[in-house]
Amino acid sequence: MTSPRSWTPDGAVAPAGVHDRRVVRRLLRLASPVAPRLALAVLYGVLAAGSAIGLIATSAWLISRAAQHPPVLYLTVAIVAVRTFGITRGVFRYLERLAGHDAAFRVLTRLRVRAYGRLERLAPASCALLRAGDLVSRFVADIDAALDVLVRVVLPYLVAALVGALTVGFVATMLPSAAVVLAAGLLVVAVGVPLIQHAAARRADRNTAHLRGELSAATVDLLRGLPDLVAYGAAGRRLAALAETDSRLRAAAARSATGVGLGAGLLTLAAGACVWAGLALGAPAVSTGALNSVLLAVVVLTPIAVFDTVSGLPAAAAQLAAARAALARVFGLLDQPEPVTEPAAPVTLPEPPYRLEVCGLSAGWPGGPDVIHDLDLTFTPGRRLAVVGPSGSGKSTLAAVLVRFLDPSAGRVTLNGVDTRDLAGDDVRTVVGLLTDDARLFDTTIAENLRIADRGADDARLRAVLAEARLLDWVDTLPAGLDTMVGEQGSRLSGGQRRRLALARALLADFPILIMDEPTEHLDEETADALTADLLAATRGRSTVLITHRLTGLTEVDEVVVLDGGRIAQRGSHDALVAVDGPYRRMWSSLRVSTG
Amino acid sequence: MKPLDPRLIRYAGATRGYLAACVLLGLGGAVLIVAQATLLADGISAAFSGHGGITATLVALAGVIAGRAVLAWAQEAAAHRAAAAVKTQLRDRLLAHLVRLGPGWLTGQRAGELTTLSTRGIDALDGYFSRYLPQLVLAAVVPAIVLARLLPADLLATITIAVTLPLIPVFLALVGLTTEARNRRSFRMLARLAHHFLDVVAGLPTLKVFGRAKAQAETIRRVSDEHRRATMRTLRLAFLSSLVLELIATISVALVAVGIGLRLVNGSLDLRTALLVLILAPEAYLPLRMVGTHFHASTEGLAAAEQVFSVLEEQPPPRGTRTDVPAGPIVVSDVTVRYPDRTVPALDGVDLTVTPGEVLALTGPSGCGKSTLLSVLLGFVPPDSGRVCVGDADLADLDPDVWRRRVVWMSQRPYLFAGTVADNIRLGVPDASDSSVRTAARAALAEDFLDARVGDGGAGLSAGQRQRVALARAFLSDAPIVLLDEPTANLDGESEAAVLEAVRRLARGRTVVLVAHRPALLTLADRVVRMEAGRIVERVAT
Repeated sequence: MTSPRSWTPDGAVAPAGVHDRRVVRRLLRLASPVAPRLALAVLYGVLAAGSAIGLIATSAWLISRAAQHPPVLYLTVAIVAVRTFGITRGVFRYLERLAGHDAAFRVLTRLRVRAYGRLERLAPASCALLRAGDLVSRFVADIDAALDVLVRVVLPYLVAALVGALTVGFVATMLPSAAVVLAAGLLVVAVGVPLIQHAAARRADRNTAHLRGELSAATVDLLRGLPDLVAYGAAGRRLAALAETDSRLRAAAARSATGVGLGAGLLTLAAGACVWAGLALGAPAVSTGALNSVLLAVVVLTPIAVFDTVSGLPAAAAQLAAARAALARVFGLLDQPEPVTEPAAPVTLPEPPYRLEVCGLSAGWPGGPDVIHDLDLTFTPGRRLAVVGPSGSGKSTLAAVLVRFLDPSAGRVTLNGVDTRDLAGDDVRTVVGLLTDDARLFDTTIAENLRIADRGADDARLRAVLAEARLLDWVDTLPAGLDTMVGEQGSRLSGGQRRRLALARALLADFPILIMDEPTEHLDEETADALTADLLAATRGRSTVLITHRLTGLTEVDEVVVLDGGRIAQRGSHDALVAVDGPYRRMWSSLRVSTG
Repeated sequence: MKPLDPRLIRYAGATRGYLAACVLLGLGGAVLIVAQATLLADGISAAFSGHGGITATLVALAGVIAGRAVLAWAQEAAAHRAAAAVKTQLRDRLLAHLVRLGPGWLTGQRAGELTTLSTRGIDALDGYFSRYLPQLVLAAVVPAIVLARLLPADLLATITIAVTLPLIPVFLALVGLTTEARNRRSFRMLARLAHHFLDVVAGLPTLKVFGRAKAQAETIRRVSDEHRRATMRTLRLAFLSSLVLELIATISVALVAVGIGLRLVNGSLDLRTALLVLILAPEAYLPLRMVGTHFHASTEGLAAAEQVFSVLEEQPPPRGTRTDVPAGPIVVSDVTVRYPDRTVPALDGVDLTVTPGEVLALTGPSGCGKSTLLSVLLGFVPPDSGRVCVGDADLADLDPDVWRRRVVWMSQRPYLFAGTVADNIRLGVPDASDSSVRTAARAALAEDFLDARVGDGGAGLSAGQRQRVALARAFLSDAPIVLLDEPTANLDGESEAAVLEAVRRLARGRTVVLVAHRPALLTLADRVVRMEAGRIVERVAT
């Protein structure tokens, strides 16, 4: 098992260490149902490489035999063989590549489905990558590394191992001593050169890694901070400092170049040594009669063709290092413990109306300390509640526990008296809904994005919720209306429109209890104020929890709960809270002063 | 993109030296290949006929093999050196050019893309320099030298190879032309399918909220299978080119081998020559075959280089040269600014006079052109029409560096650099004394955290603290003109009050143009100008 810490919350990956090596084995286990297809690819590969070697070996024999001026009839078989090998090599190579890719893509499908199934249980609490957008794309790219491992590493190595063994056996039938040298040479190329290259690359990396980091940080600073730098006349200085770092990086890379090239030299040397040994060992064997002179050219020239096949292995091995790290990240993530324990035999969901109670609740994110402590809250039908407090006060943790993305570490949450831990998570989420500032819009139409909440909803229903979210007027101006594509992550919509579409979707799901977690975060002030007003209007009469650090519009809710450091610092209606001295009044009055 | 873009040599001089090294090393390698083949043919035929010793041949052969190993090592080492040098040259040029293009060109999205390009993107050139380029040189050099060696030995084999060799690029081009369009279509579909998985994984929390997450597993299996079938359809065509290449190469070698075998039988050829031909014939085709193999290693790097070139070919805005900035009002006359990707102008015939010493507030809905107007005043964005005058000087004629020494500016989200708060305050005046930095920090209400460390991009400070650090920068500079873009945006009440107080102090004795949304900021202003859709719609004196 990969250590659960290998995917740390900030997305940095801890050194994977010994677990790294098991990655390929795990991948192959996953690939076992596809084994026959992989075997077929290996067979084609062996036939392709065999054809290449056969072409040279048979030609060498043909020429040597021909030099003895036999009747042409004696050569017919060899001539046909040479011509056949000339054709089969390319054909089998083509088939090998197709079969290999097809098998690898099938494994990829299995890995994707497996990874998704696992992520579905982990999301979002145990899965930092789902909270940091750019990591998702790395995760998806990491999964694709399985393809590289199979097509560029596993298959070539299997083919090379089989072809190498067969060729060594073939040479051994003619001249065993040459076969021994060939075996040694092949091992050097398949194992020794990759090890040397790996060591050289690591040394080069050590020399340059910190400079790369420095350079990349400086580049980010220069380009992101360019307006400030130019405005203050500091861009030239920054640029000069960056160029200085870059030239040190260049010097460090140049110093390690000598070591990096050694592998290539050794590869050429090993291949040459085998050819040389074939001649050096074969010539005396011919004069003593131990080797038929017709076979001498075969013994000498066969290695040339074999090394043609294996010369790609060091590059393949170099790819393995990167691909293995990628897969280690994937498996490491999948091995995370689940944040929520689903009950073995879930209790049937109680009937509405729903009353949700939080008693003595403490909770924290997996691997971290408790963020909320000893909370008591009650949600009754139709009641609207706001949870306010500075960022880091535990507001989002509370939301995650309520929708059962997280288990409590102490205390409990009950739904009509039933502990939510005894209910299936999916059932709890039919009652308690969540609307966050990063609610995902999928790259499809407005209608399809809404229907995620309710597959059977007709257009009239969609229009009704869009109207509630005050988006219908805009949708009606679009030529394609409900069928308008929203773009990747809703990129064709403005920030406010994205939030309103997500709100409409949450309204369509018609959750008995709806939690809105910072629904206006990252919007500009005007848009945020307008959206807050509309949110509160649209949820009037529903059980609603508004989690926010802004105090706008809170006169509308029944109770305001002020969180500070994960504990309830104050609670009551807005008017009551403003009337007494306390954190809420301080937040409120500073806002009043500043807005004049 | 061409296999060897001349712009690579123009923009990265190290390419030229490396190319020369590749040609020399390639020539040396080709000569050694020929020497090795000659020695092997000599040795085998001598041992075959039993005439004479082969010791001398073996010694020479050992030397040739050692030589080839040294050349292979030297090639790889040279490639790494050259790649490092070229990457540095390209990066330095790119970044220097970006600074010249300035903040008006480098929008936020571009900054992200270009950061990736100048680090990881350019790194992808490694594959191009260490694999593709040397192979390209070998593909030109080796066949020529091999054929030159074969010509005096055996005319027929030479002609066979010389005729079939050019077929490879010809067929490649033909296959490539017919499949390219189809490949592009398929790859577009592939990108879409891959995108679906990304979308679903990233949207997992949302799908879970709506109870739709589990059902997606089956969709992923289906889409992934479609992906595979589509890819295989593409690959069946894409691999055809290498099939053709392999077929031509190996069938030619087979033809040559059979041909020399038959001529040996009838005695028109000796064994030594036959062996030489057999060993050298595959060597003539090998580099061309490898070019195809290494092509993939180079595409990513070439695409990055292409992007770098397209940036380098962007024309930087013209710079004025006048270095004396006259005193007097700033007069904006009929200024219009259009951004290339927008249909409506960002500023549409704006007229505005800022008199020395006044505090002018710009207000209006987001996107109405307030920030663009500040960018024009800063000289980041040149007006498409109209002009800005300072006293009797047109802003376009002034040396922008000199002008900006008279102006301080604070953006909505000031950028802070990793280091100390004090370093950040010194941005405009690197040699400012500790005491003057402290005075500036005190004025900006930033003295409490003057010694705090700042993480990358300002991490570790709250939004309000970041604004105050940026204000301290302004206090430290004694520039008479101050441009502030929503200095209290995204602040909670307490921080806002502190920033307001600092702005009030900063405004004393200076000319201030500030973009304001909140009413509290407007109370600082002598005059309020309201903008809408790139035009000034209302002027109010307060």
